[in-house]
This record gives sequence, C-alpha cells and structure tokens, in this order.
Amino acid sequence: MEAGGAVERAQSGDSDAFRLLVEQHSRAVFRLAFRMTGNEQDAEDVVQETFLRAYRQLDKYEARASFSTWLYRIASNYSLDLIRMRKRHEDKRERGKAEERDILQTLPVNTPGPDRIVYSSQVQERVNEALNELSAQERTAFVLRHFEGMSIDEIGETLGTGTNATKHSIFRAVQKLRRSLEPVVGTAR
Amino acid sequence: MNHIGEEQLVLFYYGESAESSAAIESHLEECEACRDEFRALQRVLNTVDSAPVPDRGPEYGSDVWQRIEKRVGRPARRSFMHWWIWAPAMAVLVIGAFLAGRLSYRAQRGGSPATAAVSNQQIRERILLVAVGDHLERSQMVLAELSNAPEGKGKLDISDERQMAADLLDDNRLYRQTASSTGDKGVASVLDDLENVLMEIAHSPSEVSNQQLDDLRQQIQERGLLFKVRVLGSQVREQESLPAPRKDKEGKKL
Repeated sequence: MEAGGAVERAQSGDSDAFRLLVEQHSRAVFRLAFRMTGNEQDAEDVVQETFLRAYRQLDKYEARASFSTWLYRIASNYSLDLIRMRKRHEDKRERGKAEERDILQTLPVNTPGPDRIVYSSQVQERVNEALNELSAQERTAFVLRHFEGMSIDEIGETLGTGTNATKHSIFRAVQKLRRSLEPVVGTAR
Repeated sequence: MNHIGEEQLVLFYYGESAESSAAIESHLEECEACRDEFRALQRVLNTVDSAPVPDRGPEYGSDVWQRIEKRVGRPARRSFMHWWIWAPAMAVLVIGAFLAGRLSYRAQRGGSPATAAVSNQQIRERILLVAVGDHLERSQMVLAELSNAPEGKGKLDISDERQMAADLLDDNRLYRQTASSTGDKGVASVLDDLENVLMEIAHSPSEVSNQQLDDLRQQIQERGLLFKVRVLGSQVREQESLPAPRKDKEGKKL
C-alpha cells in the first residue's frame, strides 16, 4: 500500500498523486532499467515510458500486487522489447564488442580470490559484456531474480513465461555468465 | 547423496531449492567437489552483483516528473472522446483557418507570388511535421497497447485498437505517399512498415485469441516497429521544435 493512498487518488484522476508515485519510484525503476538494458540513455527511456504507460493503464492496476511490482512488470516488458530490438539493429556495436573482447581476453586467468579482486573498470566492462551476451529473455529473468530478488514464480508471472521456462532462462544466464567471467574472477579451488 | 547438479546449486544460491537447505548445506560440508563448485558459482555471481549502476540523486523523481508532466496531463486513454479522434479534425480546422488567413493577408498586401510560394512551402513542411508527429504518437500508442496487452484464458477485446488502427490507416497512406514523393526514403520505409501492421490490426477480429495476439505482436516485433516509430517520432518532434529555416525566393536555405 502506498503512503497516503496515492495510487487510489491517482486512479481517480489526481495528477499530484501520480507525481508522488513518480517521485517515489523513479530511482528504483531506473536501477532496474539500467541493469536490464546496460545503457543509461535506454534506461532513461524505459523510466519515462514506464510511467507514461503506467498512467495510461492505471485503471488496470489492481491492488493484489504492490504498485512497485506492477511498475516493474511494465518496465521489464518494455526493457525486454527494447533489448530485443537493439540486438537486431545494432550490428555495428556487436563488431565493436568483438574487438573489445579480444582485448579483455588478455586479462590474467588465475587471479586471486574474490576478496582480493580489484573491480577495475576492465572487470566492470567484462561484467557488462557478459550481461550483453545474454539473450533478452535470459537477461530480463536473471536481472529480476538476481538484482531485484523476485522469486522465479513471480518472474514467470511478470513476463508471462511460466515457472519452468523462467527457471531455464536463469540457468542458461548463469551458465553463460560463468563461462564469460570465470576466466576473470578465477576458479581457484 | 550424489553430487549436487549445477541447476540445484543455482536454486540453492537463490534460496529456491526444492530440497531442504539443511540437506544441501550438510552435503556441501562433506563434499569438497561440490563445495568448490558452489564457491566458483558464488564468485561469479558476487562479481556480477558488484557491477555499478549510475547514481541518480534524490531529485531524480522530480526530474522524471517534469519530463512527463505535459503528457500525463492528457485525458486518460479510455475516456470519452479520445483526443486522437478530435485532434486531426481540430488540426484540419486550424490549418484551414491558418491558410485562409495567409491567403487573405497576401491578397491585401499584394505580395509577390514567388514569396508567397516559398512561405506556403515552409508552412506546408511545418504543418506536415506537426501532423506526422501526432500521427506517430497515436500509432505508437496502438502498437504499445497491443505489445503490452495481458494474455488471459479467454479472448481479448481489441476493438478500440482496431478502430484506432483503421482511423490511422488513411492518414498513414497519405504521409507515406508524401514522404515518398519528397524523396524521404527513411520515413517512407517506416510508414510503409507501419501501414502493413495497421492494416493487419484493422482487419483483425474485435476479439482475439492469445495466438492471434501473439501473431500481431510478432509482426510488430519482427519489424522493430515500436522502436522505429518511437525514434522517428522523437526526430520529428525535435525538428518541430527547431525554428523554421530561412529561405530565399527560390526556396534555397539561407
């Protein structure tokens, strides 16, 4: 339940109440959107579009789910569309990535344990690259599970993919991330 | 207990294991191979966890509100007399009045035909920009509504979207032809894709099954249409906000 019944007031046409909701949830939606898209400009687009869609669909919101979960659903689905389109239309970026990957391959393989890893910009870049290598579905499911702490059932419901397919997406995402990142973070046993 | 599979370890990491956590913990204490495997998994996922997110300050929410405030102020989508129904009619009236005013002004001042032709050309370009911007925005709404429509057990009523698509179709055809004749191939191509999808929507039944809805969504997604329309819409709005370029009597930019 939102403070002061802002959702109910917004549903009855009170734009000040909707402003409160925007102010309250924007940062969280941005964090989610950035993790989904890996790009600040895209994340800003997602934030803006999420609230515009939320406003247009306010009459469809039911208080069964929290307002933030409902917003995340809109943001996730929009991000998913955006990532899919980006993947199709950005061949140039793919070529650029391949070149960067070649450079990153030169990072030492057997680095010390995680407590000693310095998260240099190269490691951060590698993490971003690894996330970009995931399919749109894998990335969305993984981000919602890993960063947002949503359960697999909730993610399946949010994305309309069902529990098993969601679980599978997350496994595939983790496998790909391990393949990409283990050479960087080390596999010391 | 056999070794724990990777999937099971991932579920355990996220606290979603079907087996009891105590049983897995106990196995990890006893089995070095599984323990190493789990540590390797933790290392990777902890590294991902540390990926930074650009900070947005406490004023960010207000900034977002300022960006969307004007668009939020519009009437709700399902209210009576949708703005996209009366907006084109109003635009025609405004444009008509505007052009009539220009013609009457020219007659009174006896301006040269060449000057008037240049002005009218500029006016037409600006009017077209505004109209195309509105058209793209309305089209985007139809595409977005269908892309985000919830799937249910029964059929979904898309009669509103269907009607809007039918309404947009004629305008779209006109704008596409105009873009083609002015040699704007990029715009013509997006409008061509849009026309095909609008036609599909307009010819769909009022109530669609999940499969039919998926087919429509796929058509939208395959063409990357929502994205293209959004990008084109932004470009048109940007153009719209720029001052009109000054031109000489032959219509060349100064």
